[in-house]
Amino acid sequence: MNSAANAIIDVKNLVSHYGDRQILKNVDFSVQPGEVRVIMGGSGSGKSTLLNHLLALLKPTSGTIEVDGVDVVNADRKTLAKLRQKTGVAFQGGALFSSMTVGENIKLPLQQHTDLDDHTIDIMTRLKLELMNLAGFEDLMPSELSGGMLKRAGLARAVIMDPKLLFFDEPSAGLDPVTSVELDELILKLKAAMNMTVVVVTHELESAFKIADKITVLFDGEVAITGTVDEIKNSTDERIQNLINRRPRNDVIDAEQYLQRLTTGKN
Amino acid sequence: MWEKLNLFIERVGATAVNSVESAGLLGSFFANTVSRLFMYRLPFSATIKQLHFVGAKTLPLILISGLFTGMVVALQFYDTLVRFGSVDLLGAAVAMSLIRELGPVMAALMVIARVGSATCAEIGIMRNEQQFDALDCMAIDSYHYVMLPRLLAAIISVPLLTALFDVFGIGGGYIVGVIIHGLSDGAYLVGMADAIVGQDVLMGVIKSLLFGFIIMLVSLSKGFHLHIEQKQAGAEGVSNATTQAVVLSAVLMLFIDYIISSLML
Repeated sequence: MNSAANAIIDVKNLVSHYGDRQILKNVDFSVQPGEVRVIMGGSGSGKSTLLNHLLALLKPTSGTIEVDGVDVVNADRKTLAKLRQKTGVAFQGGALFSSMTVGENIKLPLQQHTDLDDHTIDIMTRLKLELMNLAGFEDLMPSELSGGMLKRAGLARAVIMDPKLLFFDEPSAGLDPVTSVELDELILKLKAAMNMTVVVVTHELESAFKIADKITVLFDGEVAITGTVDEIKNSTDERIQNLINRRPRNDVIDAEQYLQRLTTGKN
Repeated sequence: MWEKLNLFIERVGATAVNSVESAGLLGSFFANTVSRLFMYRLPFSATIKQLHFVGAKTLPLILISGLFTGMVVALQFYDTLVRFGSVDLLGAAVAMSLIRELGPVMAALMVIARVGSATCAEIGIMRNEQQFDALDCMAIDSYHYVMLPRLLAAIISVPLLTALFDVFGIGGGYIVGVIIHGLSDGAYLVGMADAIVGQDVLMGVIKSLLFGFIIMLVSLSKGFHLHIEQKQAGAEGVSNATTQAVVLSAVLMLFIDYIISSLML
């Protein structure tokens, strides 16, 4: 099993609520340096919420979250800012600023956090654009890019500071299979070239099996299993097999509750 | 019957809670944005960019509306003053009403219509598209990087736009009084210079400064807190937030207008 002592991400007993609704129930989660970890689960399983907690965008109800040795729940703004300069995040839709060109978007972290001259920044930006197969697109506006290009541009911005830790939210969502495979290759290339630790949130099985060193599967806010691709594939847990074989859930319906929901609209 | 009454009380309560929450968010947004003035370098180039959007691009609208406002005010005053035989006071009446009251209020309304609504929608969409999350994750302070330049630009531009509104309004009054109705231009201009004192100009400047500030603050805050204040996500949330920003900034602007007028008159 993982030794939590040298983990780059270490989450213990994480509980999270949206209003009265409990999203995460006592989640334990740890990632080793240099690992590609995929967080999987269906809609509403809590995987995006877990990611937002790792990014310190949400405050948990209880539990601890350590990222690269920093307690992100209680960290002050300066400590968090330092940590964030060492991490990159690629958002689902790219989250590029629509008022800036692709190039301006990508060089923004360098302009804000380094004293590099404009020429060096331009070269570094073009290097990342080349890496993402986006050479020549730097002067276009984000609105002129396709979905796959937006994701790649978002990824370029996420890695412009050469982070040691990269988070990627739904790399394959809404993409055609070819573009999706290209993004998977990119993630593997980044891991190999920069020895990055990568945490990917996805619900795409094929992509997860291709890139993951380990997979964590969430169900209804709980970790169902964490293991290698083979361990996941050979799991005897029926929910995991349902997920892998794309079978719908066989929840037993309580007749009385069902009638109550239909007649009153309440549970 | 009881059910309806209960529902009514529930709604009143919810509205009250929402209003207090909204006021709290606006207050904390104000404190956060202003505190960035002392925590970071002044965002000079971003403010210049915003001055172009808030100031320069609003200029044609301000000049046209200023001209027509001045013309219609002159027309109304001319009709009234003729009845009392005091038509020589036209210049003074037009200038005073524009500089003290109509200039700041009308210019602010134009800024709300063009800049406030657009800003709120832009910030709301940025929130929807996770752009503020992205800024947080890049360790870039949203208040300093996005909010402060816009707020500074509004505080600088609105008084300047108001001054130009006044000038074009007075020009509009000149067209109606002197060119159309044949009043002597000396009477129109000298009467104006005699009647306007420093206090009148100061009132206009204070009002326009505060209007610029409050319009931008409300528009930014409504967009920024979209995910907290709006029940609906997506386009409907942005639409509601924009409507609320326009209505709230207009009402607050008129309220401040009354307070300043009552303090200074």
